[in-house]
Amino acid sequence: MAIRRGRGVAAINYPTGMNLGGDPTQALVHSTPTGNFMVTLSSVDLGQGMKQIMAQICAETIGVPTDRVVVDTADTDTGPHCMGTFASRGTHRAGNAVIQAAKEARQVMLEVAAEELEVNASDLETDGQGNILVKGAPQKSISIFDVALSAHFKRGRSISGRGMFLIPRSYPEKETGAMKPSTCYAHACTVAEVEVDDETGEVTVLTVKNVFEIGRALNPKMVEQQLVGGSWMGISHALYETTEPYYPNRDHGGTDFNQYLMPGPGDLAETEIIVLERPSADGPYGAKGPGEMCANPQIPAVANAVFDAVGVRIDTLPITPERILRALKAQAAN
Amino acid sequence: MELRKNYFADVRKDDLHEVGQPRPRSDSPGHVTGKTAFFADRNFPGMLHLKMVRSPHHHARIRSIDTSEAEKHPGVVKVLTAKDVPHNVYTILILIQIGPEDETVLADGKVRWKGEAVVAVLAETERAAQEAAAKVKVDYEVLPAVFDMEEALKPGAPLVNEYHGRNYYLYDSGECRKVRFGDVEAGFAGADHILEQSYQSSPIEHAPTETTGCVVVPEGNDRFTCYTNTQAMFFTLDNASIILQMPGSKLHFVGGTVGGGFGGKVDVIVEPIAILGAKLTGRPVSFIYSREEEMQISSPRAAEKVVIKDGVMKDGRIIARKVTGYTDAGAYSRHSPYGAQKGAGHYPGPYTIPNVWIDTYCVYTNRTPSSAMRGFGVTIGDFALEVQMDRLARLIGMDPLEFRFINAYRDGDMKAHRQPTEGAALIECMQEASRAANWPVAEKYMAMSSYVKGA
Repeated sequence: MAIRRGRGVAAINYPTGMNLGGDPTQALVHSTPTGNFMVTLSSVDLGQGMKQIMAQICAETIGVPTDRVVVDTADTDTGPHCMGTFASRGTHRAGNAVIQAAKEARQVMLEVAAEELEVNASDLETDGQGNILVKGAPQKSISIFDVALSAHFKRGRSISGRGMFLIPRSYPEKETGAMKPSTCYAHACTVAEVEVDDETGEVTVLTVKNVFEIGRALNPKMVEQQLVGGSWMGISHALYETTEPYYPNRDHGGTDFNQYLMPGPGDLAETEIIVLERPSADGPYGAKGPGEMCANPQIPAVANAVFDAVGVRIDTLPITPERILRALKAQAAN
Repeated sequence: MELRKNYFADVRKDDLHEVGQPRPRSDSPGHVTGKTAFFADRNFPGMLHLKMVRSPHHHARIRSIDTSEAEKHPGVVKVLTAKDVPHNVYTILILIQIGPEDETVLADGKVRWKGEAVVAVLAETERAAQEAAAKVKVDYEVLPAVFDMEEALKPGAPLVNEYHGRNYYLYDSGECRKVRFGDVEAGFAGADHILEQSYQSSPIEHAPTETTGCVVVPEGNDRFTCYTNTQAMFFTLDNASIILQMPGSKLHFVGGTVGGGFGGKVDVIVEPIAILGAKLTGRPVSFIYSREEEMQISSPRAAEKVVIKDGVMKDGRIIARKVTGYTDAGAYSRHSPYGAQKGAGHYPGPYTIPNVWIDTYCVYTNRTPSSAMRGFGVTIGDFALEVQMDRLARLIGMDPLEFRFINAYRDGDMKAHRQPTEGAALIECMQEASRAANWPVAEKYMAMSSYVKGA
């Protein structure tokens, strides 16, 4: 009886957005009288930080610092329609809608600034710090604060914009299955290293090295939180979790976190996250949706590592000590 | 985390100011200091608590329901049964024209899974609601149940759901969603090796920090405000509007601050019945799942069975792949017909294979209805595909990572569902994994690219 070490690899891709489309999200953007910007959505922040990302996307597009953007979301009396936060679609779909709305608002903002500065709007640019400058003559400028005041109280303009992003629905062809199931795909490759105790069947994930290609990391810190969390969830899925431990038997299902097993702090693998960026043609600033796919490659990587360690295949999830021991026993009997 | 900018350097630019910056999250301080308001932080004078009477049987006919003792229980304000729900038989994907309506808000004549909602009790306190729920008498005639997907598909199996009339979802393509590409049998005939293997998963729980729930307030203007942690505001509002036969203009949903979803909060279960309770009592209503309900009543990720048959050449090329996928929907559709279909669009994985045959089935059994979860329709498929890839590599004596390079899809490659590959990056992910994990592969693989040759 011994502790045996193994490693396994898995490579995957993952579609962004509601499969087969019919997948709309809308956004509204408007300026307050003093040049702050409101993004109005009905999208839901599940804790992943959608509000923050939408603020950064809006700020980038209008050309102001992120702290001048406020996101008001998930109120059906004010927010325009969003299909919902699922299918790795939030950043991609709502982000595109926000860009379109912000572009329209930016155009009005530049037109008002042009009237104030007596130049053409096409000759203006933003400095990202809250000012609008004449290209090539930055000494001629006006603050966005003043532009917004002018729009509201002098020029009678609404600095606002409407955004809509829709992936039209694709119907699968009945016989061949020809279809357009998605817009862009994220990618991943994971290498997991495990130790398996062939006496107890216990698996310890030592290291997990994840490479994710996500189009564009719109906020690298938030991408990191999502990818690390996803990697943990994948390991948990591989080795621990089920509501029906003896599926298809319905008995013995956990009803609280004492019975429903997940890895605790002492079970965390040494986790490495590497991000590649191949900007997607249709993503907001090239982003794809990494929300779901980041929890997938660890599962087969761990399964393959267990085989590499002890030479038995566990083809039923989760890969519990019981299943490993039964497989080892069957292997020894042969 | 490390951002490796040397890959795709020709197409990625560092010309942005706000995007790409690691700005602190504006909502983090509220989350970590306990100041963020979640739906359950709303408390209203006179608020009632809703508890469900649930089926103790996997499959049973309801002979009678007696709520008289429960109604007399101190603190009970209202007891609801199927006849109180205006449009009791519903299905959530009807909004995108995927029927039939196959599920009841409150069981009517029959229960099809253990835990199904039968009677809703509204009381002044959670305790009173719970105690009264225990006093509801339901007379059941237990029926044979089926739990195993293969058993469910056999002739003569107990019928799980009469609204379907068969134990699988009927697509326009027939009993399964199909993809046909090339000639899979010819591929097998020409292969050096054939490998067929079956993979199985068990249901799992989303395990959000915050359980599913909502608080509904009847407003003075004849509207209802629903504070909810749904993942999809209008999807839930529009389904509630159908179930309650109430114009959408009467409904105001407020949400967007959620303690974890992972797909577990897109089923439209708590909101319609809580709104109905608020309407019939004129009082605010709170309906929040216990942890036990979250784990055993709310939809889990479906158990899936995936059978993969591959034809592979000694040089490492996969020339034929046949995948048969089964999704255990449990007793009702919810999002499962969509999930099974999503699987059909995902197989045969990120590999270019000339001959592909895919069938994905959505199967009904007498268990907790499954539904969306992170990686819906794909996660279990990837487990099966990638373990299969490992097996195939070892079968032909090839390094598992190198084997994947040989088959990896690249820009322009035609996928089985007849879309050309765009924006591929699998090869580059594997190259970086090779480096990071000190798992060397031959130089020719490190020199590969996802780009179209010469483009």
